[in-house]
Amino acid sequence: MSYINKPKVAHPSLPTNTLGMTRRQYEGSMSTLCAGCGHDSVTAAIIEACWGLSMRPEQLVKLSGIGCSSKTTAYFVSGSHGFNSVHGRMPSIASGANAANRRLTYVGVSGDGDSLSIGIGQLVHAIRRNVNMLYLIENNGVYGLTKGQFSASADIGTKAKRGDVNSSPPIDPVLLALTLGATFVARSFSGDKAQLVPLIQAGLRHNGFALIDVLSPCVTFNDHEGSTKSYTFTREHYHPAVEADFVPRAEEIAVDYAAGESIPVSLHDGSRVILRKLDPTYDPTDRSAAYSYIETKLKKNEYVTGLIHIDETDSTEFHNLNRTAQAPLNGIPYEKLSPGSAALDKLMARYR
Amino acid sequence: MEPTDTSKSDYFHRVVDCQWACPAHTDVPEYIRLIAQGEFTAAYMVNRESNVFPGILGRVCDRPCEPACRRGRIEEKPVAICRLKRVASDHRDDITGLLPKAPREKNGKRIACIGAGPASLTVANDLLPMGYEVTIFEQYAVPGGLMRTNIPAFRLPANVLDEEIGYIVNMGADLRLNSPVNSMRRLLESEEFDAVFVGSGAPKGKELELPGRHDTERVHIGITWLESIAFGHVERVGERVLIIGVGNTAMDCCRSSLRLGAKDVKVMARKPRQFFKASDWELEDAEHENVAIVVNHAPKSFVTEGGQLKGMMFEKLQYDIENGDITATRSLGDVFFPCDDVILAIGQENAFPWIEQGIGLDLDKWNVPKVDKATFQSTLPQVFFGGDAAFGPKNIIWSVEHGHQAAISIHKFCHDEAVQERMPRGVTLSSRKMGMHEWAYKNEYNGVERRLVPHVGLVERFKKINIEVELGFTAEEAALEVQRCLNCDVQTVFAAKLCIECDACIDICPVDCLTITHNGSETELRSKLTAPATNRSQALYVSAPLPQTARVMVKDEDVCVHCGLCAERCPTAAWDMQKSTIHIPHAIDEEVSACPA
Ligand SMILES: Cc1cc2nc3c(=O)[nH]c(=O)nc-3n(C[C@H](O)[C@H](O)[C@H](O)COP(=O)(O)OP(=O)(O)OC[C@H]3O[C@@H](n4cnc5c(N)ncnc54)[C@H](O)[C@@H]3O)c2cc1C
Ligand SMILES: Cc1ncc(C[n+]2csc(CCOP(=O)(O)OP(=O)(O)O)c2C)c(N)n1
Ligand code: SF4
Ligand code: SF4
Ligand code: SF4
Ligand SMILES: [Mg+2]
Repeated sequence: MSYINKPKVAHPSLPTNTLGMTRRQYEGSMSTLCAGCGHDSVTAAIIEACWGLSMRPEQLVKLSGIGCSSKTTAYFVSGSHGFNSVHGRMPSIASGANAANRRLTYVGVSGDGDSLSIGIGQLVHAIRRNVNMLYLIENNGVYGLTKGQFSASADIGTKAKRGDVNSSPPIDPVLLALTLGATFVARSFSGDKAQLVPLIQAGLRHNGFALIDVLSPCVTFNDHEGSTKSYTFTREHYHPAVEADFVPRAEEIAVDYAAGESIPVSLHDGSRVILRKLDPTYDPTDRSAAYSYIETKLKKNEYVTGLIHIDETDSTEFHNLNRTAQAPLNGIPYEKLSPGSAALDKLMARYR
Repeated sequence: MEPTDTSKSDYFHRVVDCQWACPAHTDVPEYIRLIAQGEFTAAYMVNRESNVFPGILGRVCDRPCEPACRRGRIEEKPVAICRLKRVASDHRDDITGLLPKAPREKNGKRIACIGAGPASLTVANDLLPMGYEVTIFEQYAVPGGLMRTNIPAFRLPANVLDEEIGYIVNMGADLRLNSPVNSMRRLLESEEFDAVFVGSGAPKGKELELPGRHDTERVHIGITWLESIAFGHVERVGERVLIIGVGNTAMDCCRSSLRLGAKDVKVMARKPRQFFKASDWELEDAEHENVAIVVNHAPKSFVTEGGQLKGMMFEKLQYDIENGDITATRSLGDVFFPCDDVILAIGQENAFPWIEQGIGLDLDKWNVPKVDKATFQSTLPQVFFGGDAAFGPKNIIWSVEHGHQAAISIHKFCHDEAVQERMPRGVTLSSRKMGMHEWAYKNEYNGVERRLVPHVGLVERFKKINIEVELGFTAEEAALEVQRCLNCDVQTVFAAKLCIECDACIDICPVDCLTITHNGSETELRSKLTAPATNRSQALYVSAPLPQTARVMVKDEDVCVHCGLCAERCPTAAWDMQKSTIHIPHAIDEEVSACPA
């Protein structure tokens, strides 16, 4: 952490978005994480993504659990809503908030410990329910906040800072999400903002649950030799398969894409994602093909990155399935929300 | 791009914009930090080492450092560098004990300086402590040159001049007042001196030969007229005064007129405001005193009746201006302006009536001596020029720098060494890191706006000709102003081999200076940085290839606020904040072999 705050002074020619805001106006409070933590770069990518989407800060809801990763929601878009839940319980809070107000944009930021160890029971149901949110896992293979114990995403054979070797098999959040029917599954790396920023933008605009597993090295407890989640190891085993370009609504597609290698996908709100296949054999719209591709690569210690799977035709989105109210609950008159004891009695009478 | 070689001393020097822009390379951030610490005497001495006259320059310097100041590219206004110099001077203790002293034993070399302006005084300042015997010939009864005779006392009080000139003369200069040098030939033939320095200035005011010019006594040449005021020969001027020209001399003439009884003063400019030569602050000060500045009027004739000046005829002009250039001029007819006096302030020229032809000292067709730009040596090897005498009128700080350089040449010349072979500038770096989050400088950016210097009221200041208008910063205002300095001399120093490309520095940099990217040509790099680097006058730093991806770290120096956050957030200390000290050699630093007998 730093003792002096990032000053408000900014580059004099900083561009503004359609709201007239600069990227600096999407920052939050000063990070208290270790200098060099991958999570801070993810924070910077979220800031860039929200700025690029011209997101109104009050439109955004930030949710997190416990962990260094979960602390990061404090470090971006300070004018937005937020909830910092108990360890591993962010998905329930997100589901509840989402059910109560479908008009806001939800971003959950969690860690591999928060999501795959203590919180995995919650995560799988949020995926299964297809809660309309972007769920980012800042994956470093350890419990950073509690000083670097192996988490459920630690690879077999990876070495802890003190030398112990992990022998339990890892849970891969990407494979997990694919099995559970998630309609937007991606993987990226904190050190690759060019890839990460459009993924975050597409994930925020996706209708349904969007998961991005971000490899985000813990510089303090998991960046040594022998670790499979270090900066060096990640860079050496990084395999971009499909890059996604995000084209906001009402904007023309500016780049010429070679037919066959690029697949345009329209998102629910009119924005588009152009998938650029770096591996021509790969088809991101085919779930089972994606699953086996990722699995094969993982066995060779290769992290496939990019927008691994997307399905915009799916209709199981949470609000759709549950026919939730269009209006936010806090905007519905109290009498309508709570019809009173007479109405309750009438309802109960039907079961007598 | 090739990796940047920061060991070349100029790389880090250029980052310190103010020091780079200062002709004498005053270590500005260092003296500002000393003021911040209340070390006024030390701040004064840092100044004196390079600019010799901190009290004088803290009032009237042309301040080329301020337009260069990085703060001016981040906010609108630069640090008030010049007025902080005055703070150091106003609040210093007695410094006589800290001044260099001339050794009792002399080195046997005798130097003549012609004129007691800032250029000659600097030569004396540099050579006296080295054992030289320096004689200064001055035609007038007081030393100081134009600083004394032309810069009005309401901008530069006599006691400030006396004190700082005294520091030099009291080292043991042989100052001969009322001693004009009338013949260079005789001076050289006397063989009294091993070298001669000509610091006689550019003393001739330009004429305006128009009809009626010589039909009246009420048309004055600006610099001569100001000189007469300084010597008390002129004490009144008419009620209505026209000043011709709009440079800094014009500003001093119009403000002096107001103090000699004028009620209606107009500065007549041929061109629109954007073409004015006067500094913004001099124009501001004049306008604040209700001087009218009339643009687009070209003088045509002096109108007199029976030897009495009635006014002047002007041609009113209209201009077409494209991209800052005048593309067409039209006349809108003649306009008459009545007046009682006219002051011509349209420029100065060199004049050396006392330098004979045929003595081997070549002047060019403008009567300017042929002088080497680096060594200040003339075509006569033992004669050196500096200040306004060398290349025409400039300003005090340039005269000082010329003096320093000429002193080096004279020292080399007197020791039979090649004057061209001069010690290069150097740089030393030392880390400012004290602990995890501790830096030996105040790195927090302070958003305070430029402070305003208080002035004497508009009634009070006209009561006497020599009431100094500017009061100098109060201690409180100075304490705020110093915090505006960005410490540009605390450099970001990068060690590529340590970088793990975590992006922490890039994400934290408040002004988007840093980028890790694939290398390319300078044009390519400048366009693809976190924030495009459009200011080509500012360097790009390009690192060696980074260990993990072979990309490069690129830093745009342009708007770095030297906050140190990059160094603070770097997990591997690949960035460090190191104070650079630029070594500017003076005569005393030059090593020469022992004096030839
Ligand atoms: C009206 C006016 C205002 C100015 N204001 C500023 C300002 O605010 N800031 C700034 O930086 N600069 C200012 N300048 C410019 C500045 O004063 C000069 O650039 C500077 O003084 C030049 O220094 P110098 O040592 O070369 O010569 P000078 O200052 O001109 O000194 C030359 C000296 O040599 C003497 N001399 C000349 N010939 C002989 C001889 N043959 N024998 C003996 N002695 C001789 C002269 O009497 C004089 O004392 C101003 C100039 C003018 C005219
Ligand atoms: C119920 C509960 N159990 C255990 C903890 C201790 N704890 C705090 S953070 C953490 C792990 C966080 O790991 P991860 O989510 O990967 O975050 P990281 O710090 O690595 O970013 C644990 C076990 C807790 N706070 N609450
Ligand atoms: S302990 Fe690890 S995860 Fe936590 S802030 Fe430090 S580097 Fe980041
Ligand atoms: S010191 Fe570092 S972080 Fe601060 S402005 Fe300069 S490059 Fe950016
Ligand atoms: S913070 Fe340090 S290690 Fe990280 S990218 Fe910057 S220089 Fe490299
Ligand atoms: Mg973790």
